[in-house]
Amino acid sequence: MVALAREVTTAMLFVNIRKQFRTAGSPPFLLDVKETFAPGFTVLFGPSGAGKSTLLDCISGLLRPDAGVIKFDEENFFDSARRFSLPAQMRRIAYVFQSLALFPHLSVEENVAYGLSALPSPERQQRVERILPAFHIGALRRRKPGELSGGEKQRVALARSLVTQPQLLLLDEPLTGLDAALRQAILQDLRAWNAANRIPILYVTHNREEVDAIGERVVALINGRVQESGAPRAVLDAPRSIALAQAAGFENLLHAHVVEHRPADGVMRVALSSGSCELEIPLGTVPPGAAVQVAIRAGDILLATEAPRALSARNVLPGTLDTLEPRGSLVVAQVNAGAHFIVHLTPGAVRSLQLVPGLRVWLVLKTHSCHVVLP
Amino acid sequence: MNLDALLLSFRLAAAVSAILLMLALPLAYWLAFTRWRGKFLLESVVALPLVLPPTVLGFYALIALGPRGPLGRLWQFLFGHTLAFTFAGLVIASLVYSLPFAVQPLIASFESLDRRLLDASSILGASRLRTFFRIILPLSWPGLITAMVLSFAHTLGEFGVVLMVGGNLPGITRTVSIDIYDRVQALDFAAANREAFLLLFISFIMLALVYGINRRVWSPWLAK
Repeated sequence: MVALAREVTTAMLFVNIRKQFRTAGSPPFLLDVKETFAPGFTVLFGPSGAGKSTLLDCISGLLRPDAGVIKFDEENFFDSARRFSLPAQMRRIAYVFQSLALFPHLSVEENVAYGLSALPSPERQQRVERILPAFHIGALRRRKPGELSGGEKQRVALARSLVTQPQLLLLDEPLTGLDAALRQAILQDLRAWNAANRIPILYVTHNREEVDAIGERVVALINGRVQESGAPRAVLDAPRSIALAQAAGFENLLHAHVVEHRPADGVMRVALSSGSCELEIPLGTVPPGAAVQVAIRAGDILLATEAPRALSARNVLPGTLDTLEPRGSLVVAQVNAGAHFIVHLTPGAVRSLQLVPGLRVWLVLKTHSCHVVLP
Repeated sequence: MNLDALLLSFRLAAAVSAILLMLALPLAYWLAFTRWRGKFLLESVVALPLVLPPTVLGFYALIALGPRGPLGRLWQFLFGHTLAFTFAGLVIASLVYSLPFAVQPLIASFESLDRRLLDASSILGASRLRTFFRIILPLSWPGLITAMVLSFAHTLGEFGVVLMVGGNLPGITRTVSIDIYDRVQALDFAAANREAFLLLFISFIMLALVYGINRRVWSPWLAK
């Protein structure tokens, strides 16, 4: 991958655009984004329909915003005040679609060389020869996309985009549908490419594992607007809105109201609306009496079959195991403990604890696993 | 068998489908990809020959091509004679008559393309022209062949328009379908049958080709 290195740039992408969509029967959707993207990975995170792909389409020049400015470094991509829009062909952007959009009638080699038609033939050949092995697709060069596996297609799509030496890279869920090992391997290649090139990379994903593997920065897009941005842990582990908590995969969202602040303990107590139980959660600024929602990941809840004692965790809730449902490599348990909780367990834990529906159980929740989300 | 009439019909059909290809490609491209809201108007005009009686079409073609029509006058200015009752006149009238058979399969093909492929081509720096020749056209070949075969077959079998515009001049405007009509008028049913059967056979072969392409070998690279 070092062979692909070129001069390191520090060019920033600046986006400040609005675009409205009207569809019959639903309220108009407004994309309204103001954000600066630095070199390196920025993860665009958000539920489907939040406008992530629309934003990428606007940046790439496939869609024209209603108003605003898109600038890359000193170069104007779009400026509604000056009625200017640089054609997509001229923006030197690479964009890998969710559908990949490999040309079905062209071989792997022809697909990869497609964006190099302006180069003289020897240089084009040279670039293709360098990128094919770098993405482990050298042996597939004569194949058509229809003869490739999912992972191979994804590698071809990435190679076809990166071989053009873009100044900006847009990736729209490029690794959806791949198994974890393959995803890791391709992410490894992408990280190496990023280390050598350092251009702004906008990476759309729903997958938390991908966020953790690549995310230097997360921009959470909800309903057409940037809700929050920052380090992945700050944005996704402590979501501050319900929509974001849902998108970030918080399975438990519980209605509650603040009972009291205990600054000396660094906590506040909230009472869950659905039952009699109370939780200790990190001290926040929400005043007593205010309604909040508490977000808890199903994987952050411990489950015990005997009353636990001498724990640092402050919340121990007795309850009843309602259902157990295997889902892939985990088991989803529903527990009634004053409120209704979803808990993720491993099949091994279910076996060794001899869990069966109806069993009396205790839920253990660390204070810092409970996140306040404002309704 | 009237070989002159047969050859004339084939010459006419070949000329018309070749010229139609060049006219229909840009027209279908524009109709398939424009965002102009009024495009339905042009689509209706293109489809008109499908529903108009050939005599109506032939009548207006005759007026347009005649010595007082705009096309006829232009032609007379350029070449010194009018268009009506000539082979060139037949070609022009047939172009209009067979236009929907060339344009509609192409529009259907273009519209069924995955738009993301065209987006990908643009992002990779390709001009519209390069996208058209490298992506759109190769992926639309079943539509292209359908358009060609249908306009060829349709022109081969036309009768009313030819009669109105071309009349019945042996070797110039007397096509097979006119010749069959003549034979029947002359009560020469055996000769009419030979030519009619030949047209039936050719039409079937060409339609079988079109349906075969669209059914089975739709696109070898999409089959998997």
